[in-house]
Amino acid sequence: MKKILMGNHAVSYGALLSRVEVIAAYPITPQTQVVEKLSEMCAQGKLKARYINVESEHSAMAACIAAEQAGARAFTATSSHGLTLMHELLHWAAGARLPIVMANINRSMAPGWSIWTDQNDSLSQRDTGWLQIYCESSQEVLDSIIQAYKIAEQVLLPVMVLLDAFFLSHTYEPVDIPDQGLVDQFLPKLDYAYKIDIKDPCSFGSLLPPEYYLELRYKMQKAMEEAHDVIIQVDKEYQQMFGRSYGGLVEEYRTEDAELVLVASSTAASTSRMVVDQLRDEGMKVGMLKMRFFRPFPTQEVINALKGVKKVAVIDRNISYGQGGIFCEEIRSVLYNIDQHERPPVFGYIAGLGGRDITPTTIREILSHTLKEDKPKENIIWIGVKR
Amino acid sequence: MIEVRIHGRGGQGAVVASKILAVSIFKEGKYVQSFPNFGVERRGAPVTAYTRIDDKAILLRCKIYNPDHLVVLDPSLIEAINITEGLKEKGWVIINSDKEPSHFNSLQKQYRVATIDASGIALKHGLGSKANPIVNTAILGAFCKTTGLFRLTSLMEAVREEVPSAQERNVQAVEDAYQQVKY
Repeated sequence: MKKILMGNHAVSYGALLSRVEVIAAYPITPQTQVVEKLSEMCAQGKLKARYINVESEHSAMAACIAAEQAGARAFTATSSHGLTLMHELLHWAAGARLPIVMANINRSMAPGWSIWTDQNDSLSQRDTGWLQIYCESSQEVLDSIIQAYKIAEQVLLPVMVLLDAFFLSHTYEPVDIPDQGLVDQFLPKLDYAYKIDIKDPCSFGSLLPPEYYLELRYKMQKAMEEAHDVIIQVDKEYQQMFGRSYGGLVEEYRTEDAELVLVASSTAASTSRMVVDQLRDEGMKVGMLKMRFFRPFPTQEVINALKGVKKVAVIDRNISYGQGGIFCEEIRSVLYNIDQHERPPVFGYIAGLGGRDITPTTIREILSHTLKEDKPKENIIWIGVKR
Repeated sequence: MIEVRIHGRGGQGAVVASKILAVSIFKEGKYVQSFPNFGVERRGAPVTAYTRIDDKAILLRCKIYNPDHLVVLDPSLIEAINITEGLKEKGWVIINSDKEPSHFNSLQKQYRVATIDASGIALKHGLGSKANPIVNTAILGAFCKTTGLFRLTSLMEAVREEVPSAQERNVQAVEDAYQQVKY
């Protein structure tokens, strides 16, 4: 059934269809309509979940950790400062190997206060052990929530589903809401192997001496590596059942014979498709690589898509101060060890921070700059900055 | 692609209007996208909302800078802000006003103007109060007739689905505005 939904409500429907059992959320700014809709669904009895209003995002994640540890499918949603307040417990959720799913609306960090989009809130959670999915449409948001539970519950790591503030979160568009019966087949009830059982008491999160700690971290990394194939498999199954695929970790768009490949994520990837279509019509050999997953990093997919290409342009709506665009740095890093003759120059563009618009004109400016120069002269090429 | 910008004041329902417009056109098998101005809203302050319409999936995910048409819920905004900023030449400007279109002759030089007394129609059907008539449904009836972009029946269906209360009175307001719009 197709409905006109706002991006925030696409998240809510994803959680409803996944039959989440516990929702813990902080209800005030920077919260969004995601949990407003979920609380309504719970109150109306459409969703049989325990809805817990908590006093902070730190507590929201704590409640999700406890619920998941007790064997319940847990969900929360947040944004910007809410996510960063959770930071300590993000490490805990991943380290305890709890398959929690969370939606985060990508909003910029203060100061200056901003409710507009960029990716620094979630990318600064890079090393917590959460998988990250960056979405470009409300349909992808809804589908990714369902896929996220399936992936998380197989690899036993938590997953974050990301959507751009306003450009997705507050935008209404047609969304196909899958049939509950089919979702139930795709995503059976959670059977968490390590749940608290009062008949079989054991200790959780206890002191771990140096003899064991390294092994736990090794296993987390292995789980991230295994997630690669799980993501591809889950996406394939999803396509068979619901007719929609997102390519797994990345999607190559019109990259065949492309001499210049643009790398983008989130809503900038959607607008880029349109620009690629226009430039192809004008006879330019240009394609786009959409980065859907950031963790696990799609190393092999990035190499396959970019090796032998003449030039690469990366759009980052984020920055690691003192270095550069975060997607760009990781892309350069995975290309370092490939054969020198196949290694393209990678141009790193920073645009759209704090909700500055990324329009077709912005993307054309990035592409024409890349065509003009042989090699990037600077580590960061700023787009539209008033100096 | 057709892009529409709706101007109102906080509390007048411009954002809801942009969604009802999207739902109406979606019912006819087209692709749509609607969104509010990206920012904070205050009651009484100028607000804008937007709708995109196309025959194919809409990939464009940025703001609207050059709308094809405007809908103006509060005529006092015409003096208060640069309301036609970026509007394409010959675009329709649908204004909530009891005046004739020729009253807005400065706009008529570049654009096509239509007027409808949406406030009067809303009050007649008991929608809102004299100080705050709810005009967002009525004015869409006028937009529907003037632009011919979609059918009245689609709009009536969308209003029944999307308006939280007094659905039938809103539908009557839509029909009245459809009949009475001057252009």
